[in-house]
Amino acid sequence: MNAATTETQVIYAARWRRRLYPVIMHLVMLTAVLLVTFPLIYAIILSTQSSHPGSLRPGSAFVDNLEDAWDRGSIALLIRNTLIVALGVAIGKIILSILGAFALIYFRVRGGMAILALIMLTHLLPLPVRIVPTYELLTDIGWVDTFKGLTIPFFASATGLLLFQQFFRTVPTDLADAARVDGAGPFRFLVSILIPVSRTNIGALFLIEFVYMWNQYLWPLIVANSERTRQVQIGIKLLVATDSVIEWGTLMAGALTVIIPPLVVLLVLQNSLMSGMTASTEDF
Amino acid sequence: MNVVFPNRILPYLLLAPSILLVLVFFIYPAAQSVELSLYRVNRVRDAKIYVGLENFERLYESDSYRNSLTVSAKFTAAVVVAALSISLALAVGASQPIKGFGLYRTLLIWTYALSPAIAGVIWALLTDPAIGILTDLLEKFGFVFNWRRSKDHALIFVIMAATWKILGYNILFFLAGLKNIPRDVIDAAALDGANAWTRFWRMTLPLLTPVVLFLLIMNTLYASFETFGLIDVTTQGGPGRATDLLIYRLYLDGFRSSSRIGLASAQSIVLLVIVATLTLFQYRFINRRTFYQ
Repeated sequence: MNAATTETQVIYAARWRRRLYPVIMHLVMLTAVLLVTFPLIYAIILSTQSSHPGSLRPGSAFVDNLEDAWDRGSIALLIRNTLIVALGVAIGKIILSILGAFALIYFRVRGGMAILALIMLTHLLPLPVRIVPTYELLTDIGWVDTFKGLTIPFFASATGLLLFQQFFRTVPTDLADAARVDGAGPFRFLVSILIPVSRTNIGALFLIEFVYMWNQYLWPLIVANSERTRQVQIGIKLLVATDSVIEWGTLMAGALTVIIPPLVVLLVLQNSLMSGMTASTEDF
Repeated sequence: MNVVFPNRILPYLLLAPSILLVLVFFIYPAAQSVELSLYRVNRVRDAKIYVGLENFERLYESDSYRNSLTVSAKFTAAVVVAALSISLALAVGASQPIKGFGLYRTLLIWTYALSPAIAGVIWALLTDPAIGILTDLLEKFGFVFNWRRSKDHALIFVIMAATWKILGYNILFFLAGLKNIPRDVIDAAALDGANAWTRFWRMTLPLLTPVVLFLLIMNTLYASFETFGLIDVTTQGGPGRATDLLIYRLYLDGFRSSSRIGLASAQSIVLLVIVATLTLFQYRFINRRTFYQ
């Protein structure tokens, strides 16, 4: 092999890296994105069809299907119910875990390790592990089919506590010392300094909890059995189950509306989650 | 430790709500699960007889429970392997520093917002015998796909829907992990003549191991518990008991037949053992992960 051919090869290789490679990668990724998104696109197309569904051509029945889904599935009411639960739990968890982490980091707490271990135990005990007794407890205290029963059992959060505890450790001690010198009490410090600098973590936790609660299925299926408290995911099940023949247009129109709120939250807060996670992966 | 404020009572007041909630809604019911698993409870719940480990023996001898163990094992293994490898490939592809790739990153994480139940209805649509575009496509290749009739197809169907739904979550975490890998380490390897394939297996993947382990556990928990909604809106454990996951069996025994409280509690304890093993593994190998759900 002589020098000229090697040189040509090197030039070709460089050109490939600079021009052709990005083009090919764009094609590959475009195909991948299309494949991953195709089921959703097909669902959107189906939600516009009425009489002879199944083709790839969009129809004009979207509004009819949507009205049908909202009428038969009471989707508007269920969205309201689910918003109450998802917002309630997300906010409740954020408040409780900030207060808990604040106590553990900025005060002398005797038995702090034991308390932390107790709260960490929740990681070992997901709902399925205690579902029958928890349901019986709710029956005994009259919380079945109430928003209290759908939210309060979820307020305790090892995830949130750890997240904020880890973050508070990275907040410079000078800030708290300065606050104390200025005569600010603990709550002043919490509200006017600590919470504002925790924005990213609050956003990340809000995203995780909102999406988790919005998509919950098993607990609402057991606990929220009337329309007063019924959650959207169960509404989707009822749209599937009401007829012997599934009306795909209606079902897809209903399902698409239900996806929108968590999708909006994801789009708005995805950067918070990314940087919140990046911060917490630095310990690896 | 940055201990600053001198208050003695206040910190306990701040922690009290969390402690109370954990005791009332976690520790107490879990202890009761253990207790109930040792009793036979009658239909009207006014009498219970201590039966020792009888409920566990019944589970061990029950064909339907053994079936659920096998189905869950196959389902979980398939979902975890498929979800981790597909999402890792997509995340590595999307993380390349090429102009315009930021858009792909956003377009690949959106299934995170989707619920397993809705993933189920969308895949039921794709594979519907009459109007499903995927069934049409498979038929053109001479393959008849019908998960309402065939047990194997039903399991494949729930695996596909469950895998698709978790891709977004995994890609999000892989992207965050990839962002943390110093670019110059990879570039240095490239200058040393390592091709993309070698760089991935020798550099990128080892540096991503913590994220892989974390997602391995999260996906196992997801496949075991969160897929309940997917099963309930589509196959409901069938046909036969082909998709009767452990969590679905627990629901049927605990809430659909009133005389099986003890048996359902024993199933909860089996799940507790599985979760405990996973959690110990997590603390052993990945110390400081905080994101859970």
